[in-house]
Amino acid sequence: MSTGSRLISPKIQDKIATGIMWLAGMVIMGILVTFLFYMLYKGVPVLSWEFITGEPSDIRAGGGVGPQLFNSFYILTLSLLFSIPLAVGAGIYLAEYAGNNRLTDMIRLSTESLATVPSIVLGLFGMIIFVNMLGMGFSIIGGALTLMLLNLPVLVRVTEESIRTVPVHYREASLALGATKWQTIYRVVLPNALPGIMTGLTLTAGRALGETAILIFTAGTTVSRQLPDFDVTAAGETLAVHMWYVMAIGLVPDRIDIANGIGALLIITILIFNLMFTIPGKLLQRKMGSSRH
Amino acid sequence: MDADVKQHQMKLIYDRYVRYLFIASACLMTIIILAIIIFVGQQGLRTFTEVSVSEFFFTTKWDPMEGQYGAASFIVGSLYVTLLAILLGAPLGLAGAVFMAKIAPSWLREIMRPATDLYVAIPSVVYGFVGLTIVVPFIRTQFNVSSGFGLLAAGFILAIMILPTIISISEDALRSVPRPLEEASLALGATRWQTIWKVLLPAALPGILTSIILAMARAIGETMAVQMVIGNTPQLAKSLFMPTSTLPSEIVVEMGNTPYGSAWGDSLFLMALVLLLISLGMILIIRRIAQRRLA
Repeated sequence: MSTGSRLISPKIQDKIATGIMWLAGMVIMGILVTFLFYMLYKGVPVLSWEFITGEPSDIRAGGGVGPQLFNSFYILTLSLLFSIPLAVGAGIYLAEYAGNNRLTDMIRLSTESLATVPSIVLGLFGMIIFVNMLGMGFSIIGGALTLMLLNLPVLVRVTEESIRTVPVHYREASLALGATKWQTIYRVVLPNALPGIMTGLTLTAGRALGETAILIFTAGTTVSRQLPDFDVTAAGETLAVHMWYVMAIGLVPDRIDIANGIGALLIITILIFNLMFTIPGKLLQRKMGSSRH
Repeated sequence: MDADVKQHQMKLIYDRYVRYLFIASACLMTIIILAIIIFVGQQGLRTFTEVSVSEFFFTTKWDPMEGQYGAASFIVGSLYVTLLAILLGAPLGLAGAVFMAKIAPSWLREIMRPATDLYVAIPSVVYGFVGLTIVVPFIRTQFNVSSGFGLLAAGFILAIMILPTIISISEDALRSVPRPLEEASLALGATRWQTIWKVLLPAALPGILTSIILAMARAIGETMAVQMVIGNTPQLAKSLFMPTSTLPSEIVVEMGNTPYGSAWGDSLFLMALVLLLISLGMILIIRRIAQRRLA
C-alpha cells in the first residue's frame, strides 16, 4: 500500500477496491443462485407423484423415494421434539439465571464445543451409545436421538440470544406486579423471544433435514417395507442419506436421476422452510418493534 | 388470607423446581460433550493395543486386511483440504463481509443476510453432488488429468461451504467496530478503502480470526461433500489432482464394512478422536483470542 500509493492515487485505489468488493458480493450471490438453479433445473423434471411417493428399488430403474421422504420428516420431528425442551431450558438458564461463575463458564464452553464437534464424530458416538450399548440397532429413534446432539447447541445459543433481546423493563414490570420469576419468563419473556427462537428453529430444522453423516450409522441405509411406518425401532434411511447412498454405493442404473430428484426435493423443502418461518418471524418482529415505540 | 399465602408459597416452591430443571438441562450440555470424549476416546484408544502410536500417526501404509494401520495420509489429506479451502474461500468471504458491512446499499444487505443463511441450509450431500457432477468433470477436462477427483475438487467445494461462516462472523466483527474510530479516520481525509484497510480490518481482526478458525473446524470435519469428490484412495497426495482421502471420508467409507470392536473398527474411532481433539483445540484457540480482546 505504501509503495502502491505513490503510483496510484488513494482515490483511484478506493475505486478499485470498491469494485473488487462489489465483485466479491456478486460472486457470492452468483454461486448461491447457480447452486439452487442447477439443482432445481436438473431435479424438478424428475419429480413425479410416483417418484415422490413410490417404493425405492435396489437394482432396477424407476424407484421412488416415498419411505425416505417420510423418514426424513419423521426423524426431524422426533429430534426437534427431544431437543426443543432441553435447549429452551438451557437457554433460559444461561440468559436468566446464570451467574458469573465456574458452572456457567463450563456450560458455555461445553455448548460451544458441542457446536464444533464434526457430525461424523456425533454419528459414531450415537452408534456406540444408542445403536450398540442401548441396543436400539440402526433405527429411527437412534437416528433422532443422535440428531438431537446436532440441534442442541444451535438452539441453546439462539434461545439465549433471543431472550437477551427482550428489554429488561418488561421483566421489571412483570416482577413489580407480583409475578414470580417463572411466571415472568413464561408469560412475558418467552412470548417476546418467540420470533427469534422460531427463526433459529428454522435454520436448525433445515440443517437437520439435510444431515447425512450422523444418520448413516445410526438410522441406517435401509427402509421399512411398510409406508408409512411409525415404528421407531425400524431402520430409517432419509432423503439425504439415500442421495449419498445411490451415488456412492448404489447399483441402480438411474442413480443420477434419483440423486437429482432428491436434490431438488431437499432444496425446495429448505426454501419453503425459510420462507414459511423466517419471513413471518421477521414481520412479527418488525410489528412488535414498531408497537414498542 | 391463609389460602393466599399458601398459594403464594406453592408458587415459590414451583419456581424453585423449575429453576432446577433449567440448571439440569444446561448441565446436560457438559455431560454430553464429556460423554462424547470418553466413549469415542475409549473406543479409539483400544487401537493401540494392536497398533503402535508411531505406526498410526507417522506411516502411510493403510491396509487393515494385512494389519497395517498407517493413518498419516488421511491426517495430511485433512490438513491439505482444510488449508486449500481457507486459501480459496477466506479472501472471497472476507471481501464479501466487508462489502456487506460497509459498501452494499441496505436493500442489498437485506437480501444477502438470508442468502448466507441459505448457504448453510444447503445439505452437504448436495454440495458433494454438485461437486461430483460439475466440478470434477470440469477439473478433468480443464487440467487434462485422468480422474478429476482429489484435493482441488474437495478444496474448491469446501471453500464454498465455509463462505457463510466467514461472512457472517467477520461481518459482525466489522460492524461492531466503534463508529468514532471510523469517523476519525474519514475526518483525517482517508478514503473509505484506506479506512477499511488501516482502521476497520485491524480493529476487527480478532473476530475475523475467529471466523477463519471456525471455518477451518467446519472444513476439517466435513464428511459427505469431501467423500464424494476426493477419490477415497488411501495414499499420500503429491499433487492437487491425485485422489486421496481425509479422516472423515475414510471413516464413512470403511465403517460399514468393519465389525464393531475389531482393531479395524477401533482405528476408525481413533480417527474420529483425532478429529474431535482438533476441533476442541480450535475452540480453545478461539477462547484465547476472545480473552485477549477483552483484556
